[in-house]
Amino acid sequence: MTAKALDVGLFVTCLVDLMRPVVGFAAVKLLEDAGCAVSVPPGQTCCGQPAYNSGDRGSARRIARQVIAACEGIEHVVVPSGSCAGMIKVHYPELFADEPETAARAEALARRTHELVSFLAGALEGAGIDAEYRGAVTYHDACSGLRELAIKEQPRALLRRVRGLELKESREAETCCGFGGTFCVKYPDISESIVDLKVDDAIASGADTLLSGDLGCLLNIAGRLKRRASPMRVRHVAEVLAGMTDGPAIAEGRGG
Amino acid sequence: MQITTPSFKDNARRALGDSDLRRALDNMKTGFVGKRLLAVERLPEFDALRDDARDIKEHVLENLDAYLERFEARVKEQGGQVHWCRDADEARRVMLEICRDAGARTVTKSKSMIGEEIAINEHLEANGIEPVETDLGEYIIQLRREPPSHIIAPAIHLSKEQVADAFRQKHGQFPGDRPLDEPRALVDEARAVLRQRYFDADVGITGANMLVAETGSVVIVTNEGNADLTMTLPPVHIVLASIEKVVPTLEDAATILRVLARSATGQEMSVYTTFCTGPRRSGDADGPEAFHVVLLDNGRSALLGGEFHDILRCIRCGACLNHCPVYSAIGGHAYGWVYPGPMGAVLTPGLIGLEQAADLPNATTFCGKCEEVCPMRIPLPKMMRYWRDREFEARLTPTLSRLGLAAWTFLALRPALYRVATGLVIGILGALGRNRGRFRRLPLAGGWTAARDLPAPQGRTFMRLWAQRRRGRP
Ligand code: SF4
Repeated sequence: MTAKALDVGLFVTCLVDLMRPVVGFAAVKLLEDAGCAVSVPPGQTCCGQPAYNSGDRGSARRIARQVIAACEGIEHVVVPSGSCAGMIKVHYPELFADEPETAARAEALARRTHELVSFLAGALEGAGIDAEYRGAVTYHDACSGLRELAIKEQPRALLRRVRGLELKESREAETCCGFGGTFCVKYPDISESIVDLKVDDAIASGADTLLSGDLGCLLNIAGRLKRRASPMRVRHVAEVLAGMTDGPAIAEGRGG
Repeated sequence: MQITTPSFKDNARRALGDSDLRRALDNMKTGFVGKRLLAVERLPEFDALRDDARDIKEHVLENLDAYLERFEARVKEQGGQVHWCRDADEARRVMLEICRDAGARTVTKSKSMIGEEIAINEHLEANGIEPVETDLGEYIIQLRREPPSHIIAPAIHLSKEQVADAFRQKHGQFPGDRPLDEPRALVDEARAVLRQRYFDADVGITGANMLVAETGSVVIVTNEGNADLTMTLPPVHIVLASIEKVVPTLEDAATILRVLARSATGQEMSVYTTFCTGPRRSGDADGPEAFHVVLLDNGRSALLGGEFHDILRCIRCGACLNHCPVYSAIGGHAYGWVYPGPMGAVLTPGLIGLEQAADLPNATTFCGKCEEVCPMRIPLPKMMRYWRDREFEARLTPTLSRLGLAAWTFLALRPALYRVATGLVIGILGALGRNRGRFRRLPLAGGWTAARDLPAPQGRTFMRLWAQRRRGRP
């Protein structure tokens, strides 16, 4: 551990907060094991993507302002989602292009914000990762993380340090899963056809578990796998890296 | 061409149920996508070339009037004519006039998306002039009387069996039991039919991939050589081009050609790249006696300098279509007008109006693949989002979405209330879904559960569990 612990604030994201808190705790564990002092800024709710991607810039700006205020004074803001991190890093500064003062604060926040896996692999150099996972895993490169934040090698580098884990690449790892936020409910037929390709491809990889860094995609993929009665398990990559895989995988129950 | 964009959702549903179409689209993916990747890997400076190509077009757009005027002057010096047309109507009128003056009964045409945009074929037919498409794909869809489904491969939605059926139906001059199983046989038959049509044509109409301001040349690329026959055999050549096609110099044209074919089909160059400059000069072996360029605006100048400016850099390579998960699922016809896929989702609302095309900028996952492959570095997702902004402002967004969004924003801006409300809902859903871990059906979640189960939440929110942990309670 370094002399002074890094000050990290977790922006947990609305989906993790509401749907799968274990991902948040996995993130906290990973950060703490790597020597960070983790806080959770209380004023956070959602990053504003639903409004932003629906054309409601006014609401997106109001929510962004709230996030900027909530994260003020925190040295590093870490987000367990490529698309929410991308929202803060790439899109917040754009949102305030006509408001120099807020834009400057947005840019400062953008610089201090990191997607979880790239922060663990980058600034923290993979420190403290100590986990075991018995299984063959395939990794889905969620679009925003891949194309906005260049997250590609980082999760794989970290997964290679997990004992017992075998990584099986899918041919179409970089292809969209068809989630797209509200896209999947506005155009369910098209989304179904896209997620089917993703699911076929993941199954063809021979893996028994699919991991990714974005809960939206994971809910979509897991939901489709279950509808097709596939036994493939789906988890957020942080759960595996933190060794927190005792509970049920996504869309799996306790009651069998 | 009839616009069916307003019924995008129904079009898409129908397309998804069409197994021939699905097979054809699968082939497209393995073909175009794989070949582009190989071509790009073979050219280490590809990304630098993309920057150059973007800069060239950007410079042109900033000085569009000057370059168009220079182009016009060069064309005139060489004995050609340039017709400036504000909209589709004007362009159709001008072209019909030229055809009538030439006493035309048939015209040959090489592939032109602008021709589709202004529906020139329908207009000529209505006025007793027969247009004959000479690009094989265009010829096939003309026989079938349907619009193109892809901007560089108009018949990509068809299987070779469907093409053979169309040939049997329309080519009564051949024996009914001839073998048409091999693509070669289809190509040979089309060639045999078209050969005479080239000689009979009174006017040849081509599109243009670029217009070169420095020389007044028109650049046309094809893989079949059909544009060359279309422009050199008839006595009159009409070039139909939109205003943003102009580039300053031959050198610039060469730069753009280097990214065009690689992005489109993975070829280093298209098989035929033709520069044609003015009508036949004395001493030329061939070429038309009259040379016309119809320069079409049709809403483009209104996009200059605004939020959608960047789409005017588009060179119609089709890479964004080939790589789009939505286009790959539903094909081009579902988009309901001339331009499908990501570039269509940006351009179409600008050309036919947002009301008609309201679905297009929404029917995308924002996966960003289109921008990643676009040789002209056009930020397509960003511009689709701009259209969504406009829809929201114009209250074109469906009421239910607006209400849902308003409720979510209201809560999101009140963290204390948000914790209580979400905690309640999540608690209930968590308890209901605890055993199975998912729902097959849930009120208000029909959009989600139509195709997938809804994973159940774990039951307590992170924020609540975190607060408990801080207080030292498990
Ligand atoms: S938008 Fe880009 S990728 Fe799409 S057709 Fe135009 S130039 Fe090609």
